[in-house]
Amino acid sequence: MVGGVIRPATDTRFVPGDAVRVRDVEEEGHVRTPDYAKGKPGWISTVLGSFPNPESLAYGGDGLPKRPLYKVGFLQTDLWEDYDGSPEDVLFIDLYEHWLEPIESAGEERL
Amino acid sequence: MSNSGHDHPHEEPRYERSPWAARIRAVEELLVEQGVFTDEELKSQIAYMEARSYENGARLVARAWVDPAFKERLLSDTKAAAAELGVDASGPVEFVTVENTDELHNVIVCTLCSCYPRAILGRPPDWYKSFAYRSRVVAEPREVLLEFGLDIPADKLIAVHDSSADLRYLVLPERPGGTEAMDEGELATLVTRDSLIGTDVPRAGQGVGQA
Repeated sequence: MVGGVIRPATDTRFVPGDAVRVRDVEEEGHVRTPDYAKGKPGWISTVLGSFPNPESLAYGGDGLPKRPLYKVGFLQTDLWEDYDGSPEDVLFIDLYEHWLEPIESAGEERL
Repeated sequence: MSNSGHDHPHEEPRYERSPWAARIRAVEELLVEQGVFTDEELKSQIAYMEARSYENGARLVARAWVDPAFKERLLSDTKAAAAELGVDASGPVEFVTVENTDELHNVIVCTLCSCYPRAILGRPPDWYKSFAYRSRVVAEPREVLLEFGLDIPADKLIAVHDSSADLRYLVLPERPGGTEAMDEGELATLVTRDSLIGTDVPRAGQGVGQA
């Protein structure tokens, strides 16, 4: 979907195609994980690179260690029970690695 | 305002400030007094932002339509492609261009705030920052696009991009049919601001119109 790695990425846990679930936890602070994605299954579309952690940067921290950032794809029908567009419609969110956990893949080809 | 309590004069406002504007100006004055930045730096940053507009995006799109090699560079490294056209998008965030095809339509949102490729396109439209757009376009994109006058066929996939982190997204729309005779400058006039967000598409004969 996206051209590929935008910045160097180190110690990445996931590769494109991996099935993941967004951690379903409440955390205070400058969290860049939207609530509507929490607990939802998706897949790694692109490894975007390692970026300073915004949850630290926002409070004057140094953002270190940098966190791998992924473009994560979701089927709209997995996000919204009553989604009535095309069952193939997708949504992408850029999520930091510490918000993702591995799950079993359904083995389907994804964008 | 004539007695601002410190040793440099301020221009009298030509209209009454809203409470929000007054608050912003008060914060600006404090930041300048505390030495965080100077008035000149503030003015130059405002000028930087004012100098940017969606027309930069229109130029990128028009060039991509006429030059396949440029299109590849735009899709693989938007920042570098923008620099080729004299648009300086250097800074802490990255830029990504996503391509519309006959099978896929892209639309951009930032549900958490109002992330937007400002260094290239300038300030976002007000509706882009509205709660209604941000909350609805992720959950019912087809209905929202229909309200913008865009009817995406059921067999065309929609990809919503929620730019919640370090990347800012632009859409590369499809070149409309019937534009074969147009040159790059004419093509750029077909590219509306909203077509760079994905809530519109360029249309032949549309001209400069930007509602």
